[in-house]
Amino acid sequence: MLLTQTESEALLLSLKISTVAVAAALPFALAAAYLLARTRFPGKAVVDGALHLPLILPPVVVGYLLLMMLGTREPLGAWLLAHLGLRFAFSWKGAALAAGLITFPFQLRAIRLALQSLDRGLSEAAETLGAGPLDRFVNLVLPLALPGIVAGAITAFAASLGEFGAIITFVSNIPGETQTLPLAIYSALQTPGGEVEAARLSALSIALALVGLTLAEIADRRVRALVGQ
Amino acid sequence: MTIDIRLHHRFGSFVIDAAFAIDKPGITALFGPSGAGKSTVANAVAGLFRPAEGRIVLGDRIVFDSKERIFLPPRARRVGYVFQDSRLFPHMSVENNLRFGWRRAEPRADANEFARIVDMLGLESLLARKPAKLSGGEKSRVALGRALLSSPDLLILDEPLAALDAARKAEILPWLERLRDAARLPMIFVTHALDEVARLADQVVLLRKGRVEARGAAFDLLPDLEFASLAGTTPLGAVLPAKVAVHRDDGLTELAFDGGALFVPQLDAEAGTPLRVRLRAEDVMLARVIPGAISANNVLSTTVVAARVADESHADVQLLCGFTKIVSRITRASYQRLEIKPGMPIFAIVKSVIVDSR
Repeated sequence: MLLTQTESEALLLSLKISTVAVAAALPFALAAAYLLARTRFPGKAVVDGALHLPLILPPVVVGYLLLMMLGTREPLGAWLLAHLGLRFAFSWKGAALAAGLITFPFQLRAIRLALQSLDRGLSEAAETLGAGPLDRFVNLVLPLALPGIVAGAITAFAASLGEFGAIITFVSNIPGETQTLPLAIYSALQTPGGEVEAARLSALSIALALVGLTLAEIADRRVRALVGQ
Repeated sequence: MTIDIRLHHRFGSFVIDAAFAIDKPGITALFGPSGAGKSTVANAVAGLFRPAEGRIVLGDRIVFDSKERIFLPPRARRVGYVFQDSRLFPHMSVENNLRFGWRRAEPRADANEFARIVDMLGLESLLARKPAKLSGGEKSRVALGRALLSSPDLLILDEPLAALDAARKAEILPWLERLRDAARLPMIFVTHALDEVARLADQVVLLRKGRVEARGAAFDLLPDLEFASLAGTTPLGAVLPAKVAVHRDDGLTELAFDGGALFVPQLDAEAGTPLRVRLRAEDVMLARVIPGAISANNVLSTTVVAARVADESHADVQLLCGFTKIVSRITRASYQRLEIKPGMPIFAIVKSVIVDSR
């Protein structure tokens, strides 16, 4: 085996946390993007700004706020644990939540842009052909926005892989539970004589990035071909 | 089915106040210059635009009535719409585009109808393709098929030819003629091009500055000088319904129309076949006496109904041949030399007869 146990653990954990983070945030990003792109309501600018907060705030602040809300001794955190059996603090789920939140604006922006650039004329055509609002959303809007959705998910996934501040602040640096690749590199650097380990982990990160980039490019082309672009 | 359209709407200083009825199948041209409000009227009928006031009735269905607060959404109107820019769904194959409206139609056309329309519009070889791989003319045909397959009570074609170049136009026109002659469906054809009206329309509604300025049968309005001046164009010529009478031994085919006979080079059509014939104004010469030796095959005995000077060097003369209106464009010099006046008998020499399908 090329990788040590710590290394493969960190790699798999990074992939798991990023996947869950992106997948969990996607429906919310889609709903928010739809609201912002297709509807008008009072206070829209405020909502728009608030949804972009994770992008503007330092990740450490986001991690701190999560800890303040969802720590097991905080009311919300205690309630979630007692009623849903859901514990975020010091768990990989918390890491996914932090990464999902931090990268939410990437998904939101990409999907919103895709929805805004959709040709309204196609929707009118579908209406004259007998399609109602939900029908049009499922059969027209979603498939045509798919390149934007995929692009947003890819960007968010890549950003999740690199997330450090919010994760280490909220769920700490526990090997095998919350220690993703960046956190493992940090630990190695804090350990005397850990430079070689840090270099190996960094090389692993670079390899992951290159593979990811290639896969993303392929996915993007496939999806565009699918929707006739 | 009778279609009754009445709408009133104000856009700033521009007011649309249009009312007309369509009580025959076939193509009604909604004709007028750009900015006349044609598309607004078409969109109101389809439900894509809600006028401030008015009432739109399709057969026995009231689809819009501002007083009764009735406004059916487009999906419930059974109005097929062919947009100028086709608006095919780019992520679907041609077949799935065609089936989109078909699947959602109540009642749905049967599979034979699907095959018939695919065949009529020559779409068989395109079914597996994506819209991005189609030419402009092919896109128009698919859009036409898609609208037809949604089983509409009325079909609206919004300048379907305007975005096409001359070659593509020539490609799609015969399909539109086939559709007009095959479908027992009323159609509203929105256009600003008089030649398209001459080629396709059965009825004409002239819209200018939001108002209906003239309406009637194409063969009645097109050669009418009054209509031409209302429309702000020069009269293109006459459109007349004719029938194949007999194929003669000398290589000519005799066509009968309401006013006499026309002779054209041998046609490949059986006796009795109805045809649409056009006589362009520039192709009609006038003579006070019947010319003796002349190469033209068609010399019609007519009466001058109206005449007017068109520009510095031309004059238009409206003639009546039997019950058929014909129009001739001659030079102003000839107009004065022949001393043309309403009521005088005159011979019309037709240089060429354009035969359109039907």
